[in-house]
Amino acid sequence: MSRALSIEGMVSEPVSFHALAWAAALLGTVLLFVFPDALPWAVKYPSWAVVPFADAMSAVMNFLKTYFSWLTRGITDVLSVPLGFVTGLLAKGWKIGSGPDAWMIPRVSWVGIVAAFTIAGYALGGARLASLAAGCMLYVAIFGQWDSTMLTLSLIVVAVPLCILIGVAIGIVGFRRPGVDAFVISPALDFMQTVPTFAYLLPMLLLFGTNPVAAVIATAIFSIPPMVRATTLALQRVPAEIDDLGSMVGCSPRQKLYRVLLPSGRPLLMVGVNQVIMLALNMVIIASMIGAGGLGYDVLLALRALKIGPGMEAGLAIVVIAIVLDRLSQAAATYRPAAAIPGAPVWQNHPYLSFALLVLVVTTLLSLAFPPLGSLPKAWTVSTGPMWKAAIDWINVNYFDAIDAFRTSLIVWVLNPVRNFLEGFPWLAAVTLLSLAGYTLGGLRLVLVVLPLTLFCAVTGLWEKSMATLYLCGVATAISLLIGVPIGLYAARSDRFQAFITPILDTLQTLPSFCFIIPVVMLFRVGDVTALIATVLFAIVPAIRYTNHGIRQIPVSLIEAAKVSGCTPRQTFWRVQLPLALPEIMLGINQTVLLALSMIIICAMIGTRDLGQEVFIALAKADAGRGITAGIAIAFIGIVADRLLRALARRAQSNLGLA
Amino acid sequence: MSIPSLKTLSAAAAVDQRPVKIACESLWKIYGENARSFLRSKGAAASPEDIAAANVVVAVKNVNLKVREGETFIVMGLSGSGKSTLVRCLSRLVEPTAGQVLLDGKDLLQATDTELIEIRRHKMGMVFQNFALLPHLTVLENVAFPLSVQGAPRAERESRAREVIELVSLTGRENFYPRELSGGQQQRVGIARSLAVRPEVWFLDEPFSALDPLIRREMQAEIARLQSVLKKTVVFITHDIDEAIRLGDRIAIMKDGEVIQVGTPEDLVIEPATPYVADFTRDVPRAKVMSASRLMKPVAHSPENYGGIVRSTDKIASFAPAIVRAKKPFGVADESGVVVGEIAFEDVIDLLAGVSDRESDGRLP
Repeated sequence: MSRALSIEGMVSEPVSFHALAWAAALLGTVLLFVFPDALPWAVKYPSWAVVPFADAMSAVMNFLKTYFSWLTRGITDVLSVPLGFVTGLLAKGWKIGSGPDAWMIPRVSWVGIVAAFTIAGYALGGARLASLAAGCMLYVAIFGQWDSTMLTLSLIVVAVPLCILIGVAIGIVGFRRPGVDAFVISPALDFMQTVPTFAYLLPMLLLFGTNPVAAVIATAIFSIPPMVRATTLALQRVPAEIDDLGSMVGCSPRQKLYRVLLPSGRPLLMVGVNQVIMLALNMVIIASMIGAGGLGYDVLLALRALKIGPGMEAGLAIVVIAIVLDRLSQAAATYRPAAAIPGAPVWQNHPYLSFALLVLVVTTLLSLAFPPLGSLPKAWTVSTGPMWKAAIDWINVNYFDAIDAFRTSLIVWVLNPVRNFLEGFPWLAAVTLLSLAGYTLGGLRLVLVVLPLTLFCAVTGLWEKSMATLYLCGVATAISLLIGVPIGLYAARSDRFQAFITPILDTLQTLPSFCFIIPVVMLFRVGDVTALIATVLFAIVPAIRYTNHGIRQIPVSLIEAAKVSGCTPRQTFWRVQLPLALPEIMLGINQTVLLALSMIIICAMIGTRDLGQEVFIALAKADAGRGITAGIAIAFIGIVADRLLRALARRAQSNLGLA
Repeated sequence: MSIPSLKTLSAAAAVDQRPVKIACESLWKIYGENARSFLRSKGAAASPEDIAAANVVVAVKNVNLKVREGETFIVMGLSGSGKSTLVRCLSRLVEPTAGQVLLDGKDLLQATDTELIEIRRHKMGMVFQNFALLPHLTVLENVAFPLSVQGAPRAERESRAREVIELVSLTGRENFYPRELSGGQQQRVGIARSLAVRPEVWFLDEPFSALDPLIRREMQAEIARLQSVLKKTVVFITHDIDEAIRLGDRIAIMKDGEVIQVGTPEDLVIEPATPYVADFTRDVPRAKVMSASRLMKPVAHSPENYGGIVRSTDKIASFAPAIVRAKKPFGVADESGVVVGEIAFEDVIDLLAGVSDRESDGRLP
């Protein structure tokens, strides 16, 4: 796809060396395709030339493991304390003493937690948010997911503050030292955000072992980037006048930062916090593979055993928790408390907080006398498992033929041809064409990004797996765009449709990637088709969003001008709206590609045969070198796609005189 | 007329003996990589072509100013004229490229970071165009903020904050957040905050540009009232000539980074230094800035024929209705009450009608 687009970009260049280079490269590609035996090493990367990068990575990891175990053990010990405390508080309670004399300090009552969430909802967003929070938390309790949910929640409770602290600190450095930001922090964040989630688990697994602390660390690292970016951006966006004010009242640099700049940037910081929470949830679910436990682990078990009911239930609990955390943290971002009255007692200045604490303490104390308040008896919970199973069975009985026909034809007519084409594509030609595209779109600088990164995929011997990744990612992106862009266009035309679709998109965007797999796998079994559908569901949101926004952000005056000039609605659309929305739509495509890539990797769990599978296998075998190398290759693919598409969007923008 | 207390000072400014509070000498601010070498090689002789060739932006060009204690000094110019940069150089929010800024005779540019913090904490206050209120603090906390930065104890800073809040008539709003106030009220908070530390030099950076015209007038009156009580050294930036004339003892007009004229409102209107200044002041009602001494002619009538006596420093507008109604000449007296000249009522009518001398010769008997 990037090839087709880059050719388009080339047309606007003057005919010159460029055109010649393109013609030669294309001709060479065709020739290599037709006569693959002429230069076999240019078609298939020769195995003797593979650089043993993976072995080197393994050696590094082993070195770290051997000589820095004091450090990793120290970190584990330190983090175990808050983690143990929070899991004790929310999930497990504490046991003091041993044997028959041991007595338990109970965990916080579930009734209290439901009430606390409800009160928080009311304080932050009124009755609506309160009922949403109450409903979601009650769902979790009644459908028997409480214990796992609390375990997941306690990991988040520990990981998120850690993440915020570190993220804000790095963000401040980035703000104070723009050079460090441009050359160290930003590239590192870009890299971190394209490395697949799995790849974070591997080093943690090796350094910290299979336990919740490793999961917390992996989660914290994975979730840091948005906090860093939000912090730097928030500080940069503080109006110059506020900064001047800080100087004029005689703030020391430290006073200015903590008392003027950071508080003024609060709204944006809170957006960062919201993103951190959502990413942390996403990661905690995936980290169940290295011993995090909780909801993710339940889903993983169910997926492995193809148990529809439990999988759906745990999956829905994740959905519900995701929605609650998202809405509450979003509301907290815009929440403005009333001014505290000096001298008044705490419960008067912070009525909601005091009330919530009171409820938590009282219900927990009551649970000593009345155990059902501590944990809901099994008999009181409801299971939807049989229902889900029945529903899936019913679909399979009645529509198996249709589903199967759909699945088979997708494989035979779309997936396999694309796959064969890409896997047969000469690697040298691909590297050349991509570099040329880089040159056309962004000059030598972009070549310096594209060439080494694509070469890495070839040189490490991962070329075929990379192409397998690209194939699924490409098909998923294409389908997402084919469906998403028209939906976005329609949403831009109809306010009612937009109002209808916005909450759906919000929810889709909130959900951890894991959740998309569960329902699809029930219908389509494991394999590429399932991966494809789950990926499309996950990646379609930006395609719709950006298209809609791209059309809607066009100034009304331009549309009026078109109308006054006598454009028909069709002409207005094709000649004014679409061209002006194009840069925005391209950014949407960029996002779609990156989301698709990240999702494809997670789909390794359901049996794809790409780089994700490579990481997944490495994870199972604890083979650090192999997993990390594949992870880096995935990140590089993501970075190359991102840079090329962004350059393309920039070009579209400058063609319109917008940039 | 509306703000007499300020205007009476303007005549005194001509022979002002008050000490200079803040001044700048040969002050330059040039943006661009080769700012210093450009200044060394070209300096004040630089032509617009030189500036373009060196790829620099000259924001403040060789400015010399003296602002005296208790004076309301206006820096006036269109956007991009460098007035904001100039004032930021005076407070060293912007580091000047060359020149001196003298506060009480001491070069501010030599002050260390710590000294600068101390000077700003105790000697300077600033009001900002878009208020620059801290969104997470209440009115009281915002006003007390400069004191809190200095580490003043809570009770002390709050009682001082309440004092200045009362001064700007915002009592009762102490526990509001800025977002709950109107624009005018927000700027009152900004004013109160800048006064909380009892500054000696008070910078106001286009304080009313973001306000509606009616509120603007009200706030101008407020500043005039405050200044009549507080007598601060004020450096006030504006792009509004009416505002400048209403409030200023002296006005500096800036264009392309240069100060092209400094003078009392009367000087600027009557004797503009360049066509640019004349353009600026064209629509200013003459009667409001002109004092009686400007329209005065030698004594020609005996005192019993006068419709009244005015002081030579009085603005024409202040006695115009009386002289027009009386249809008699008015005597003009100096400081000691001695009549030194007289004003014909026809001349006042001409002035009010905007008729220049030569035209009046032709049309009126």
